[in-house]
Amino acid sequence: MIVFLAVAFGVIAGMLIGARVFAVRAKRESPLKKTTYECGESPAGMAWVRFHARYYVVALFFLLFDIEAAFLFPWGGNARELGVQGFVAVVSFVAVVLLGWLWAVRKGALKWQ
Amino acid sequence: MNVVLTALVTSLAILVGVLTVTAWGIWFERKFSARLQSRLGPTMVGPVGLAQPLADLMKLLQKEDLVPEAADRAVFNLAPQIAALCALGAAAVVPFSAHIVGAKIDLGVLYLLAIGAVTVLPVFMAGWASNNKFALLGGMRALAQSLSYEVPLVLSAMVPVILAGSMDVSKIVEYQAAGSWIAIGPVWLGLPAFVLFLLAMLAESNRIPFDIPEAESELVAGITTEYSGMKFALFYLGEYVHTLVASAVAAALFLGGWDGPFAPGLHWMVLKTLALFTFVYWVRWSLLRFRSDQLMKMCWYWLVPISVALLLGAGAWVVL
Repeated sequence: MIVFLAVAFGVIAGMLIGARVFAVRAKRESPLKKTTYECGESPAGMAWVRFHARYYVVALFFLLFDIEAAFLFPWGGNARELGVQGFVAVVSFVAVVLLGWLWAVRKGALKWQ
Repeated sequence: MNVVLTALVTSLAILVGVLTVTAWGIWFERKFSARLQSRLGPTMVGPVGLAQPLADLMKLLQKEDLVPEAADRAVFNLAPQIAALCALGAAAVVPFSAHIVGAKIDLGVLYLLAIGAVTVLPVFMAGWASNNKFALLGGMRALAQSLSYEVPLVLSAMVPVILAGSMDVSKIVEYQAAGSWIAIGPVWLGLPAFVLFLLAMLAESNRIPFDIPEAESELVAGITTEYSGMKFALFYLGEYVHTLVASAVAAALFLGGWDGPFAPGLHWMVLKTLALFTFVYWVRWSLLRFRSDQLMKMCWYWLVPISVALLLGAGAWVVL
């Protein structure tokens, strides 16, 4: 754990020192430099707008399957010791999740349109 | 005290090693891609352009650091740092040889996957904070893609975990050194899992054929549109380090890591990692990019169920 913290700290320190050293600034300020890039045109409105709801669905599914994975990992590391009983439990758990997946596929929730 | 010192030195050595290999990995990619396209690539700086990474570094150091007025300053500045930190931090648990490991933790694989999931965050932060339409579009696409492909990545990484019966990456490599590499033993289980892992890895690091977030012909530069100077460099570096470390992880989980005859373990690990690294570039410069909907369809309709099946197959193999 100490080792890992040391690594993380070293990296962060490196980043910060890097950012300090590399702070090069122009002598003259120019308002044009600070505008948002939009291929040379004046930017039309803000970019903080609503975006498509499909991203929300993707996030939901990611959460679902990632939690499934988080539940499966403890079993994965001890699959041999837990034997047939553990395997049956995992299969039934995965079957339930896959049923949900099947339902989502039939509902068209996973279609990207 | 001695333990801490050893750990510090090891970590520092690994980080410097990874960064050096990454710098010349970029040089190698430019040379390699040039060859694939009948060009010469960098030739001017040093013999066969070997000093190009140093020249690039000097150039990036001198660039002015611009932050658009409309951007969310704090988030905008934080994003590249987190991106680079996540990419480098993943190297902590990769065993480069039997003894060279940054941090020997029991939950190595879980740590890798957790840090892989955090990698998504700076992409969204940068896309949103830039307040630029290209950046936002690129960021959202990258987010959806990385989140989706995180699932097959996690599930296929579970196959070696189940077979080796441990989440410690070093133990998984030891298991392979004692028996056979996971990619070939049992081959019907290991090879598909390895291929799935590679595919998901390509998608995670936004590489062709999955580089939609950066599609430069439509999105300018995606999330990096508004970044300049060192912040851009951190993103760029993070991307390459991510590819390199992911190659190292794939080599450790599926190709036996430092296991190999005749030469010391470190040589084998570096060889395998660089082979996978080269493979990623080969794919990048050979293929075209997919459409967003094809990408998502492939992930959710094919890769996820297949990886679940593989996982259960591994469980059955171990238990029965």
